[in-house]
Amino acid sequence: MNDQKLKTKTRSSSGMIRAESIFKRSLIAVGIAMVLLVAGLMITLIIESVPSMKNLGLKYLWSKTWDPVNNVYGALPFLIGTLLTSFLALIISIPFSFAIAIYLGEYNPKGWLSNFLKNTVELIAAVPSVIYGFWGLLVLVPIVRSLEIKVGVLPYGIGIFTASLILAVMIIPYAASLGREMIRLVPSPLKEGAYSLGATRYEVIKNVILPYTKSGLFAGILLSLGRALGETMAVTMVIGNTSMIPDSIFGPGNTMASVIANEFTEADHTLYLSALIELGLVLFVVTVVINMIGKRIIKRFTNE
Amino acid sequence: MQTFFKSLKQGLAASVLLAAAITNVQLVTAQDDKTLLGAGSSFINPLFSKMFADYNAKTGIQVNYQSIGSGGGILQLTNKTVDFGASDGPLNDEQTAKFGVPVLHIPQASGAVVITYNLPGNNNNINLTPDIIADIFLGKIKTWNDARITSVNKRMNIPGLPILVAHRSDGSGTTNIFTNYLSKVSAEWKSKVGSAGAVNWPAGLGGKGNEGVAGLVKQTPGAVGYVELIYALQNKMDYAKIQNKKGKFIIPSIASVTSAGNVKMPDDAKIFITDTDAPDGYPIAGFTWVLIYKEQNYNGRSKDRATKLLKLLWWNIHEGQAFTQPLNYSPLSKEAQKIAEKILKSATYDGKAIL
Repeated sequence: MNDQKLKTKTRSSSGMIRAESIFKRSLIAVGIAMVLLVAGLMITLIIESVPSMKNLGLKYLWSKTWDPVNNVYGALPFLIGTLLTSFLALIISIPFSFAIAIYLGEYNPKGWLSNFLKNTVELIAAVPSVIYGFWGLLVLVPIVRSLEIKVGVLPYGIGIFTASLILAVMIIPYAASLGREMIRLVPSPLKEGAYSLGATRYEVIKNVILPYTKSGLFAGILLSLGRALGETMAVTMVIGNTSMIPDSIFGPGNTMASVIANEFTEADHTLYLSALIELGLVLFVVTVVINMIGKRIIKRFTNE
Repeated sequence: MQTFFKSLKQGLAASVLLAAAITNVQLVTAQDDKTLLGAGSSFINPLFSKMFADYNAKTGIQVNYQSIGSGGGILQLTNKTVDFGASDGPLNDEQTAKFGVPVLHIPQASGAVVITYNLPGNNNNINLTPDIIADIFLGKIKTWNDARITSVNKRMNIPGLPILVAHRSDGSGTTNIFTNYLSKVSAEWKSKVGSAGAVNWPAGLGGKGNEGVAGLVKQTPGAVGYVELIYALQNKMDYAKIQNKKGKFIIPSIASVTSAGNVKMPDDAKIFITDTDAPDGYPIAGFTWVLIYKEQNYNGRSKDRATKLLKLLWWNIHEGQAFTQPLNYSPLSKEAQKIAEKILKSATYDGKAIL
């Protein structure tokens, strides 16, 4: 090796080391920035909702009237609306997302059809929610209305059930994509072992793949739920926006995110604005709590 | 790795440039005396766009108007980030207190709210009286063939459908005007619900925006809702004739809305012209106001800038009125225009009149 070559090599490697440390530092900086952002968000929400907390106290959480004219605010109908639509959407979407995950992960992992289906499902997540809202209002609502006439409930067409249906469509890709990746990561020796013992494909899925991937599948569900809790535009267009507690899943209602989006721009006095921000705080806390419970469950799965 | 760094660097550089560009734009607009800033009412936005484009062509002065809603416009004027705000309702007590200094309301044009409905059959322009409207929106009249409705619509063939009330779910000037009207004509509405940009509706479903309400009404036979007159005209929707204070059934139109404003006005122009005394006036109408500080010397603004603003607003209530009718807005009545002139003349710079 001659000196010249050695020199350039050391120079480039010291350059590499410098680059490495810059890279590491920038990663840390980005990480800290995210934490600061969330903390700042939380603090802002708390500070801005102080007037409402002082005025209304804890009663805010369980009182049922939302009356901007008389400055009476109760979040209960919207809390119920948010939880009801999100969980209903989750229940509707799970069979579809799991079926897609199993088909694309196990039955048909390669080839043009698989790719085509995979891209289509991912496209569902990329469609702007206002498009879903209009589709819901113009296509889904009349269908639900004729269904409601058959069932014999008041045929509004819009309401909790319609909102849940739209949400279900919107959240399918999250659980489906994550589930598919998880299923493809199942080590083939495990599957081959089961096959060699004479297991059928269904038995392999049931006894090997699903137990192996359950924490991942659950994480996908959690991701879907997070999306459903915060969705605003599509929901507000089809939920009916009444500030009463829904009397059935076909009745109209409202969600926290939708109330904020509807009323924030024209909230013309301090307490009103503050009550809306506190609604944001409640939504934030609900999301955090649900995520924490979810993490707990995932941990339990993986410890077994 | 190296390409990654390269793209990272480029990304950083790009975002820095972008941030610089954004702050730069803000600085330029704040300092440039050829550009006036306004924000507020989305209802008046189409008219303002047309007016300000024409004003720019004539004078070279550019007006940058952000249609962010009346509440947002008032907030921006409170924070002194714009030269003028625009609102579909006058300032309430809390907002006035927040300003702390006198703010002028200058009427620009008026609009109306129409009752739209979906009744199969040839039911164009049914008649409605104030107490019928109030009881429908209170949820007390539940079917269309209610004796009170049929008694004022003897020639119509009104089906016996259940009534579904549709209202705005978002806070809006439209709701403010409509609930203000209902509070004036119905004591029960006033005590139970009251008037504001968003209220606690005793009945019905909420749709987002004019299009949300219109969507509900168009889809559901028997539905009734309220939308802006402009929206109803543009979308060829059915709307009701409404009985005014003098007992006449008035069809909402540009002329009948202008007439509604032809009443004795207070000197500050802060008036809801709902339930008007004018014999040919349509009763559910209201002004959109431009809001400015009475004393224009604040935040180190130049006298030149204040004068430009006042000249623009003077033009708005005179030559600018020519653009109202083609866009389905109702121009100011003679009475309203006179008051608006007086208000503009009361604006000062260092205590001295500007115009």
